[in-house]
Amino acid sequence: MGKLQTFFSRHQRVNVGAMTLLIILAELSRLTSFEVVTPLMIAAAVIGGVPIILRAASALAYRVVSIELLVAVAIIGAAIIGEFNEAAIVVWLFNLGDVLEEVTLKKTRAAVKSLTELAPQTAEVLADINDTVGEVEEIDFVEQGDLVLVRAGDRIPVDGTVKKGTGVVNEASLTGEARPIQKMVEQTVSAGTILEDGLLVVAASRVGEDTTFGRIIELVEEAQDSKSKAQRVIDRFAKYYTPLVLVLALLVGLVTRDLAFAITILVLGCPGALVIGVPVSTVAGIGQAARRGILAKGSASLSALNRVDTLVFDKTGTVTKGQPEVVDQWWAPGASEEDRQLLVSVETIANHPLAKAVLNGVAATPQPVDKSRVRLGQGMVAEVAGHQVLVGNAKLLGEFQISLGAVKEVTQAWQTAGYSLVYLAVDGVLRGSLAITDPLKDGAQATFKKLRTLGYTNLIMLSGDNQTTAEQVGRAVGMTEVRGDLLPADKAEIIKELQARGHVVALLGDGINDSPALALAEVGIAMGNGTDVALDVSDIVLLHSDLTKLPLALTIAKKTSANMTQNITIALLTVALLFGGLLAGYVHIALGMLIHELSILIVILNGMRLLKVR
Amino acid sequence: MKKIMMELGGLSCPSCLEKIKTAVEHQAGVSEVKVLFNAGKLKATLDTNQVTAPVLKQVIENLGYQVKNVKEKEVTQ
Repeated sequence: MGKLQTFFSRHQRVNVGAMTLLIILAELSRLTSFEVVTPLMIAAAVIGGVPIILRAASALAYRVVSIELLVAVAIIGAAIIGEFNEAAIVVWLFNLGDVLEEVTLKKTRAAVKSLTELAPQTAEVLADINDTVGEVEEIDFVEQGDLVLVRAGDRIPVDGTVKKGTGVVNEASLTGEARPIQKMVEQTVSAGTILEDGLLVVAASRVGEDTTFGRIIELVEEAQDSKSKAQRVIDRFAKYYTPLVLVLALLVGLVTRDLAFAITILVLGCPGALVIGVPVSTVAGIGQAARRGILAKGSASLSALNRVDTLVFDKTGTVTKGQPEVVDQWWAPGASEEDRQLLVSVETIANHPLAKAVLNGVAATPQPVDKSRVRLGQGMVAEVAGHQVLVGNAKLLGEFQISLGAVKEVTQAWQTAGYSLVYLAVDGVLRGSLAITDPLKDGAQATFKKLRTLGYTNLIMLSGDNQTTAEQVGRAVGMTEVRGDLLPADKAEIIKELQARGHVVALLGDGINDSPALALAEVGIAMGNGTDVALDVSDIVLLHSDLTKLPLALTIAKKTSANMTQNITIALLTVALLFGGLLAGYVHIALGMLIHELSILIVILNGMRLLKVR
Repeated sequence: MKKIMMELGGLSCPSCLEKIKTAVEHQAGVSEVKVLFNAGKLKATLDTNQVTAPVLKQVIENLGYQVKNVKEKEVTQ
């Protein structure tokens, strides 16, 4: 029996398509002289009904009363009293609702799956540290202490310590810092990170779900799941509704001894509008959001977003563009094209985020650099065309005893504005200074104004940058709270704190370092050009990193939730009306079925209204 | 005692989750049943004297759902 069920659930869509066709043909044949309504309806009821009856029976075998049971009894009952049209329609609606729900859920699944796939499924295990080729093992069978060979371009499969070799590792999947890191013997490496260059032999210390990466995945899986509870409300309702209708029908049947009447109750009591009402709202809401550049991964995301009262933003890449730009320049009197060329020459070989901004902001032809040395946390010392060139911060120039007096007034204003400063000194003399900042995203200020208009007054910004820079950005858009100097782990802690105080939190972020916080927040909203993992763990994605879409996302969430409530209300009112009418003797099965179908039409049309939200 | 993790297929409605959870919980020797809806996974702890993973697999398949993959791990107490 299990096999037959699996077959049906695999081909449910084909099944629903076939039923739809049969029902349409049946209705069309009414218009012709060649009427074959009943046989076609019977066919539709059988192909749709058998899987439902099977599912109901198997659930009952494990003492579980499912919603399928009510539908199954109603179908069988309707067939007994010869109401094949009703049986077919009820079965069709029930299956259609199932398929609609599955379609919306598929997106959620794909997201988690692609995250899981970032973790390697196999590892090359060496028998001896000096071997160059090992045995490929399933990751679940790799033991603690095993020596694993990692080749350039591979993802590291375990957490462990380097025992042999050197390499350059990109730890972006864990830290969000896409900077390559040099790894040598006795240094630790983490599963899920990429060995960009080199060859490593790693002794495994943690494997599979115990690795840092594995724990992140587990966290995400469980976090995502705890959210889908909202979706279960309707099924929980059905849990009580189902036995109630069954008992009612049984009582009525026993008291009146009228089988047709009892079965009418069952047929009318089938939660048709109820079953289809919620998926219709969801599909319409999610569809409309998608058309406007907002990807919501499932109905739970939208209903959770509706309950949010606190919006938390990551700064870089979310509120700001995430790409520093030169916003102001100062050049010493007599500074020439040559100074600009020297600056550009050094920045061309520098591997620093600010260097890119300088290259974009200053146009000059780079010259070959003869010698260069990086001074960590300060800048670069180089030799170009016989000149000693310093490019870096005030600390670097201080070390070389170069006076910054000439530029002091200008830089003070820049510092107050929260800009980062880059100095250029040639042969021991200050020649120029640049102000660099990560500018606000286009429309950021208008977006925050709109958010306040919509009634969101808890606007919090978190940043790994220093407090001054963060506050500067926060003031510009009107944040209510700004927290700077944070480590990735701190962000998740802050979300927890807010939740402990009873807030429902949405987090907007773009980096992998935001992933735990994204997963932890009731709603994680990722910026669409962010890293893959951040997209995977989020509930909602704003495409093209478009922050201005946030107010619309909130509006759609509100309207979709309201729409669902309306549809549930319509469905329940219909059921109440039908039962009232039935008991009072006004409603017989044909009129009842018509009202029933009208209510379904109404909830569908109501759901369609969501397609107009903008 | 054993910890098991099963990857499930065809978990499309939240009521399926309830059904599977209830059915598995009713088996003797099974505790800490967790069905991860979005991930499509079932996690549980088994008392190997009373029940085995293949038995649970059969229970889930009888309900009409696929079990794609089973992982087991010994836990010492």
